[in-house]
Amino acid sequence: MTSPAVATSPRIAPSSASRRRATRVQRVAIPYTMLAPAIVLFVLFMAAPILYTVVLSFQTVRVSGLGLGAADKKLIFAGLDNYISALSDPQFVASVVRVLAYGAILIPVMLGLALVFALLLDSRRSRATKFSRVAIFLPYAVPAVISSLLWGFLYLPGISPVVYILNALHISAPNILEPNLVIFAIANIALWGGVGFNMIVIYTALRAIPSDIYEAARIDGATESQIAWRIKVPIILPSLIMTGLFSIIATLQVFSEPTTLRPLTNSLSTSWTPLMKVYRDAFIRNDIYSAAATSVVIALGTFALSFVFLRIVQRRAFGQEDS
Amino acid sequence: MRTSIRVAAILAAVALALGTAACSSGGGASSGPVNLTYWTWAPNMDKVAAIWNKSHPDIHVTVNKQDGGDAAVTKLLTAIKAGSGAPDVMQAEYQKLPTLVSANALADISGDGGSAAKKEFTSSAWNAVTLGGSALYAIPQDTGPMMFYYRTDIFSKLGLTVPKTWDEYAADAKAIHAADPTQYLGTFSSGDPGWFSGLTQQAGASWWSISGKAWGVNVDSAAAQKVAKYWGDLVQEGVIDNNPMYTPAWNAALNTGKQVGWVSAVWGPGVLAGNAADTKGKWAAAPLPQWNASSPSDGNWGGSSTGVTTQSKHPKEATEFAVWLNTNPTAIKALVADAAIYPADVNATKIALTTPPDFFSTQSDFYDIAAAASKTVAPFTYGPNVNVAYSAYTDEFAKAAQSKDSAQFLTALSNVQTTTRADLVKSGFTVK
Repeated sequence: MTSPAVATSPRIAPSSASRRRATRVQRVAIPYTMLAPAIVLFVLFMAAPILYTVVLSFQTVRVSGLGLGAADKKLIFAGLDNYISALSDPQFVASVVRVLAYGAILIPVMLGLALVFALLLDSRRSRATKFSRVAIFLPYAVPAVISSLLWGFLYLPGISPVVYILNALHISAPNILEPNLVIFAIANIALWGGVGFNMIVIYTALRAIPSDIYEAARIDGATESQIAWRIKVPIILPSLIMTGLFSIIATLQVFSEPTTLRPLTNSLSTSWTPLMKVYRDAFIRNDIYSAAATSVVIALGTFALSFVFLRIVQRRAFGQEDS
Repeated sequence: MRTSIRVAAILAAVALALGTAACSSGGGASSGPVNLTYWTWAPNMDKVAAIWNKSHPDIHVTVNKQDGGDAAVTKLLTAIKAGSGAPDVMQAEYQKLPTLVSANALADISGDGGSAAKKEFTSSAWNAVTLGGSALYAIPQDTGPMMFYYRTDIFSKLGLTVPKTWDEYAADAKAIHAADPTQYLGTFSSGDPGWFSGLTQQAGASWWSISGKAWGVNVDSAAAQKVAKYWGDLVQEGVIDNNPMYTPAWNAALNTGKQVGWVSAVWGPGVLAGNAADTKGKWAAAPLPQWNASSPSDGNWGGSSTGVTTQSKHPKEATEFAVWLNTNPTAIKALVADAAIYPADVNATKIALTTPPDFFSTQSDFYDIAAAASKTVAPFTYGPNVNVAYSAYTDEFAKAAQSKDSAQFLTALSNVQTTTRADLVKSGFTVK
């Protein structure tokens, strides 16, 4: 992209006053011109849909009589009705609690494994690091729907090769699709797909640490594990926080895995996670208005949770940089 | 992962919007042939449309293949809400018609020449497309009278006879499971609300009703309770499987003989041929077991109709095509041969259904059984929120099936009733 300032300069009027005015106009216009595509895209595809969702969430359709004619339907202002029914719906509350439990299972394990893998790959004594890195990262490239189908085949007791082998060894395998265990089944799919991505983020941060810090530590007699826990982990803490934040948001939005597994089992309801409930309300029950209200509630909840999380960890992680 | 899903979703939505916009743009009124777009998910429908296009040079039909009944309805409702993008002609399942009519998506074609087709269909099929009123919202295409499929080799090995009543079915289920604990005569599927509602239809239930200007919701009727308790007892006893149909595990069970029978509908052979290819020749079809053998009754599982949308600029031509597609002998022959459907037209048995489906090639009376079943289908009214009732069914009966407790099946039925009724009341419908 060539600079528009250079291109337009020959056309500036000779008088110095007008030139000054022109440059002032340019100074304001050029940045906005260059930002325009981004602003237009943002307004069209982010701000407008969000605003529309909010508008929808305050509306509802009122039917009269049998509701079989166009005249029998009216769009009316619903006030906070949709919000009240969303927040007072026991299914919604249950789905939020379920997703928090899911996050409590998934996030520590996923980030823990990602950190361990990253530290191992970064360690001087590791062999075949390139291959391992790709191997751990590869599941991230598999779309969640596909990986859920793959795991579904491994979970279903009737066709699972794992269950078959365990049975052949006379070990009774628990049915992981049972209502009490299915949360682990789904966390496992997300874990399989998510560890690689988080590992790469952490690993990249590790590679950015100057090696003279390690040399100094070794001269002081630090062992490899001491270097890992006392030097590497504190330095990459911002990366850990960022991956943690992404994971929290992804957790609240879990949808593909349970939706894909749902037809395979009796254990997953249509409102198993908050987003599944939104999907059901909007596209199965055709009630886009209460779905919009629930979406706004989820978005605000995600926002609040991210904010609280950052608030708690910010001082510890970024304290030195701020002072 | 999140971002990639979101990006993919946006791309898909954009593609969809562009795609539907592109197909609705045809159809200039002035000169040249009239262009109609037709959304359907039945296989090879383009071949059937090609026959029409050849004989009707002035009305050109373009088939737009859909993923399935639910997806097509969601897309159509979105297009109706958006004001453009709907096709002219649309395949719609019977249970979706009240929802579509209520959303003002389907046009009344009684004035466009649709009513003349009445004599071609049974009164229950015609009732489904008129919603019992004077308007006509679609032309019946196929029906799904329920039938029972079973493995003849396993039945004869155990010395069992084909169950004529549900009591005999229960006895056979016990005998089969006792002989081999890994085998089941069937499964109670929480994933198939249409299957369960068809079974309650046979017992005399109708989940909705219209009286005057008010809807009635009767999901939790005595007849439906009888059906729920019957299957609940079998699941509680453990002689019937409790996992949903149409899972990879169920497919495999059909093929390996772990599922010895299937309570299904007339379109069952296609599914069996796909899922249980290894067992070809070992299956037979029979009428659905009865509650009262002396007065046979049946239910529908599936079936669809051909409607004209309110956005069509050529409702007359679209209606002409819909009538031709479902009543013209050439079209019916093509529907059977290419799209493998069971036509709703009462003359179809004579015209096109002369040889049994390939998977049942030795059973020459296959379509006689189907025709007999079709004649005894009990009346059933669908309401404007079938989607709500069906999704409540999948949630509630999943819990019940998992619990293996017969009492839970009755609780589930009552919960579906509550959810369905409350939804109608909340939307403002007049409910009895």
